[in-house]
Amino acid sequence: MTMTQLDERLGETSVLPAARRRLHELLGQRFVRTIGVTVIVIAVVAIIAGLVSHSPDVVWQAIITGLLNGGVYSLIAMGLTLAYGVLHIINFANGSMLTLGLYLAYVAVHDWGMQPYVALLFVIPAMMAFGALTQKFLLNPVMNGASHNQLLVTIGLAVGLENLILLIAGPNPVSVTLPHGGSFSLFGATVDLGRLYAFVGAIAMVVLLSLILQKTPVGTAVRAVAANPVGASLVGVNIKNIYVLTFAIGGAAIGAAATLIAPFQSITPTTGDVFNLTAFVVVVLGGMGNVAGALVGGFVVGLTEQLAGIIFPEQSPLLSVFVVFLIVLFIRPRGVFGRAS
Amino acid sequence: MSAATDERALRSRAADFDWQSRMLPSRLLGAQSTTRGLVTYGVLFVVVVLLAALPFMIDTATMAIATRVLIFALLGIGWNVMSGFGGMFSFGHAAYFGIGAYTTAACVVHFGISPWIALVIGMALAVVAALVISWLAFRYRLAGAYYALSTFAFAEVLMLVAEGNDWLHRTDGIGLPVAPGESWWMFNFKLNSPNYYWIAVAFVGVALAVSISFTRARTGRFVVSVRDDEAAAAAAGINPLRYKLTAVAVSAAITAAAGMLYMEYYGFVDPTTAFNSSVSNNAIITAVVGGVGTIWGPLIGAIVTAPLTDLINGFLRNPPAGLEFLHGHSGLDLVVYAAILIVFVLFLPRGIYGSITHWIQRKRRK
Repeated sequence: MTMTQLDERLGETSVLPAARRRLHELLGQRFVRTIGVTVIVIAVVAIIAGLVSHSPDVVWQAIITGLLNGGVYSLIAMGLTLAYGVLHIINFANGSMLTLGLYLAYVAVHDWGMQPYVALLFVIPAMMAFGALTQKFLLNPVMNGASHNQLLVTIGLAVGLENLILLIAGPNPVSVTLPHGGSFSLFGATVDLGRLYAFVGAIAMVVLLSLILQKTPVGTAVRAVAANPVGASLVGVNIKNIYVLTFAIGGAAIGAAATLIAPFQSITPTTGDVFNLTAFVVVVLGGMGNVAGALVGGFVVGLTEQLAGIIFPEQSPLLSVFVVFLIVLFIRPRGVFGRAS
Repeated sequence: MSAATDERALRSRAADFDWQSRMLPSRLLGAQSTTRGLVTYGVLFVVVVLLAALPFMIDTATMAIATRVLIFALLGIGWNVMSGFGGMFSFGHAAYFGIGAYTTAACVVHFGISPWIALVIGMALAVVAALVISWLAFRYRLAGAYYALSTFAFAEVLMLVAEGNDWLHRTDGIGLPVAPGESWWMFNFKLNSPNYYWIAVAFVGVALAVSISFTRARTGRFVVSVRDDEAAAAAAGINPLRYKLTAVAVSAAITAAAGMLYMEYYGFVDPTTAFNSSVSNNAIITAVVGGVGTIWGPLIGAIVTAPLTDLINGFLRNPPAGLEFLHGHSGLDLVVYAAILIVFVLFLPRGIYGSITHWIQRKRRK
């Protein structure tokens, strides 16, 4: 029996208390149902991992690490999903922009003596400006042309930025240390403080971005352009300015992500490259353009990586993530949490 | 909804009337295209002869650069068939390049098979991989951004597979054994032998001939017509899926040949040099600079871009006054490539050859 049939029958009898009916309505929503299925699938995979490793502790640690890493992944994917939602561009330069943010954070902490989280006040505006300038001068001129031209510009930007950083900073890794870092134990699993802060930051950013998009006039304009650019321009929205603004917000999100992960990330010119792929997976899983979906997508990728690492110890954990990615891309290209077409 | 129904109705009507054999290119445009086709093949012959004569005029260092130009050109020509003539933009051509290179490496090192047989196997494997991934993509109607991501992700998956595979020596990569003596059958010549270069010229000549056939022969014209207007092509009785897959297969085969050539010339391959996105980017830049969807574009693009690496690395070894801090640094060549790519996309999207022909056509019309 499908949920709608259930709802109809509930409507006929209508003897259930209002609270229980509300619960059934909630269960009928696709988003909630999908999350339910996802949780069940992950639980099954976790049990398999437990059977393979014969150690509940290992699995528990994998789940904690997976969730914390997942927070980081969704943080990095936030700007990517926003740019896709409004501009319909896959920003291949997302990873390189992350690298730029990481190096800016490093300069702020190492050379200027800022506290690692105070550096947010410098990195976020700087990356915001970078995003705005990129959109205004590199992407806006090709926004009306063929879509592959926009992708080519972001590819050029990705390669150029990464190698410019390599040229200036050299290939040796640098790092940002957290003065009051460390870790604590949660029921036997080690929780790194830096990762925990990044996790909290990811959730805060989803809330903040959702509030901006849903509650402010600017957010309304952005959503209008995303839904119908022609209609939005007819009612007086300057589309090109909204594009610039969106990419600036995306840049700010990448800047925040970079600063938050800098304390526990070895920083090299190719660091962003590694996250680039993961971010694509997160965005496709969550539904391109869906900010809340990116959060869930991040958790799914983080957990997949950790649990697959236990089940298939010989293979690169990223491989399992990509297999999940390709399957989702073909079966549900709008994302597990995206709206149905 | 109505558009799809219309399309289906048109398609069934088109099937009754056999357009394909009566009306389309072979008869309508046949007479005109034969002479122009002969001219184009004549130009190709001259180009190949000129390229083949080059080793008698240049030193060995320049010949090494020229060989790399040809490998770049082959990569670009392969990419151009699918993305330019076929209109299906690929961001993961490293996949087919890597399959060609690794198949050659594995066949020679593990089985001692001739690289020429490995070439056939590698091309076949690349074609099969390309057909499977593209068939899935078209079957599930992936378009635009999603199609771009699926091509990109496929190459990345292959890189991870190679990195985790003992038989392919994981991240260490595979080097070809250095064998004494010269042998055409084993593709083994002295260092700096011009034979490597001549084989590359032959490869590029064949690939260009295939490219020319894409604008002259029936199959190629059908591919282009599907690119320009899929619904109209389908209504005229052309099966879009069939011709899209044809372009994909030809493209993968040429790119795999570039991989084999790379492997035999440089003698070493690892997961990064085979499957990294920079390989795909090289294919794209070569074609974009020369002209996407043109016959000669990728060759011109390769001649312009491939020698840049050597020029820039020479510049970095002896930087001029004021730029001494760049000494010994790397990455400038790729920064220049990136800048060229962006400048061409923004200001010269037709590429060098495409812009010239466009300009000539406009003048003629006046």
